[in-house]
Amino acid sequence: MAPDTTTTSVIDVSALGILVTTLQRRGFTVIGPTVRDGAIVLAELTSADELPFGTGVRLDGGRYRLRARDDRAAFGHAAGPQSWKTYLHPARERLWSAPRDGSAAPEPSGTPRSMVSTGASTEPETYPASGMSTEQRPRYAFLGVRPCDLRAIGILDRVLAGGAHPDAAYQTRRDGILVIAVECTEPGETCFCTSMGAGPGADDGFDLALTELIDDDGGHHFTVRIGTEADADLLRDLPHECADAATRERSAQAVADAANNMGRTMETAGLRELMVRNRNSTHWDDVASRCLTCGNCTMVCPTCFCTTTEDVTDLTGEHAERWRRWDSCFDLDFSYIHGGSVRTSTASRYRQWATHKLSTWHDQFGSSGCVGCGRCIAWCPVGIDLTAEVAALRAAEEGSP
Amino acid sequence: MNHVVPRRYRVVDNVEETYDTTTLTLEPIDAAIAAPAPGQFTMLTSFGVGEVPVSVSGDLHEHTSLVHTLRAVGAVTTSLATARPGNVLGVRGPFGTGWDLAAGMGRDLVVIAGGIGLAPLRPVLYAALAAPSSFRRVITLIGARTPRDLLYGRQMSTLSARPRFDVWTTVDHPSPDWCGSVGVVTTLLERVPLDPEHTVAYVCGPEAMMRFAAEALLDRGVPAKQVQVSLERNMRCGAGLCGHCQLGPLLLCRDGPVNTYDQVLSLMTTKEL
Repeated sequence: MAPDTTTTSVIDVSALGILVTTLQRRGFTVIGPTVRDGAIVLAELTSADELPFGTGVRLDGGRYRLRARDDRAAFGHAAGPQSWKTYLHPARERLWSAPRDGSAAPEPSGTPRSMVSTGASTEPETYPASGMSTEQRPRYAFLGVRPCDLRAIGILDRVLAGGAHPDAAYQTRRDGILVIAVECTEPGETCFCTSMGAGPGADDGFDLALTELIDDDGGHHFTVRIGTEADADLLRDLPHECADAATRERSAQAVADAANNMGRTMETAGLRELMVRNRNSTHWDDVASRCLTCGNCTMVCPTCFCTTTEDVTDLTGEHAERWRRWDSCFDLDFSYIHGGSVRTSTASRYRQWATHKLSTWHDQFGSSGCVGCGRCIAWCPVGIDLTAEVAALRAAEEGSP
Repeated sequence: MNHVVPRRYRVVDNVEETYDTTTLTLEPIDAAIAAPAPGQFTMLTSFGVGEVPVSVSGDLHEHTSLVHTLRAVGAVTTSLATARPGNVLGVRGPFGTGWDLAAGMGRDLVVIAGGIGLAPLRPVLYAALAAPSSFRRVITLIGARTPRDLLYGRQMSTLSARPRFDVWTTVDHPSPDWCGSVGVVTTLLERVPLDPEHTVAYVCGPEAMMRFAAEALLDRGVPAKQVQVSLERNMRCGAGLCGHCQLGPLLLCRDGPVNTYDQVLSLMTTKEL
């Protein structure tokens, strides 16, 4: 049988193992969820056995705990502390290096060594993902991308590769990836992707989309949809059969149920305007009385893309490099210009983050910057809840004459 | 071409404008960057020290060389200001929106500068000098903290001697030998004869000064969309990728630095935006 994009197939859970080895054989580095340090993190998988079978999570504002599940679900968990931006838009990346005296042109990272002018460094790279030639760079297969994170990748595409000056390094990494989405059938207590229109089902942007189905008798299957015709041969390598109507219905129902089972909601009607209208709201001071400006929300957010640069030299001072690293709008230095920082108060920094995410992102990049993954809520050390803060702004407006 | 990697430029001239302000003239070693428009900026790298955005301040008819005027206020600008002829710097760009000179065609140009803000405006004056018949009058109002801070002194005197070019200067803190106006630049504006409907203003300086100048122009009847301001925020990439230069809905490296006042009025009057 030649599966196409309109066909839904079914695979047994054992096919996940074949899938991982197939991807590895094709030269992919497979990244997926696994249990480590008391959390479900994203890491390179050597086999499908490393998936978090039977592990779920309990989430709340400022709280993330693993729990044992009654079943052996591999994807019975909501978003963990990391997102795929770790791989697509690394936290630290070398942009170029050059001799400090200007005797040779700056060498962009990613250029094969043979093309480099004399005088450039021959030191080994500390961070392999950034300094390698295209041939050396790992080709990633992302296994277990939730629909919220799929949407987040689409947003990063627009921000980092959709403008007049695309980030070539991002594009190179992005172009090579293979995405195996897993639809969400069990949202967490901090999830609100339904509100943001980002999940729990996957519509596009994937190579394969799986939906996990666990029977009462312990049967463990996945329905599989194909994103593009080109991905059909990937499924061909897996033992699969055509999904019957009942299975397709069950799969769709599980996702539909999840949509009604979100732990949080956010009213998005008029949200852009609400945020702009409330620039001078006193509610920002209320949030500021709790916010520690630690920047955790920006680190875990799958779409927060801000970076800063640092120029460094070696000990002799003869060799200069520029490194780019993640930055946070909660950092006082983020808005520094000569004379001082623009956003000194905590209130102004939280307002910047929330307003950018939910409102001005539309102006800048044509969509919301929020996908409703709930990470910022779970990983805020004081449990600040974006959905609650937005609701408070709304309530204050409705309460006032 | 990769916009992330600076191109090497050699310093061919370093002119000390004031005690803390320097004009650098740069010639390309590698392929030159695209010709900048008045009001645009480049990212200047002092190798091993860092990178800062600096507006172009030269006569942009001289295509191959780049002219930047900068004030030594931090590590990078101090390092750039002390670059000697022969030294190599890095240049990326040009980035951002430029002054809309077409908007001023056939009209009165009012150029209002505060301190180093005159540097990004100098290309407007060069453009007016190159095509004097395109504009009715060119009124330049310059404010500085002290007489020592006045930029391009001789050049501005020469300019004021030309027909249809007026240059008015004021300082906040006069020295004993200062015979000119004293006070902020908006005090000059009160005395300048304006034809508001046919005035296009180009304003650059500290943000508070720009706000007061723009409001004073509006009070005189100049429409907000005929007032152009050049805004500043922290910039790391220049290419709309790093998120630093946000001012509400704007990414100033992409949607700015030059905007008309009607587009930024509410943003400039919101504290800590």
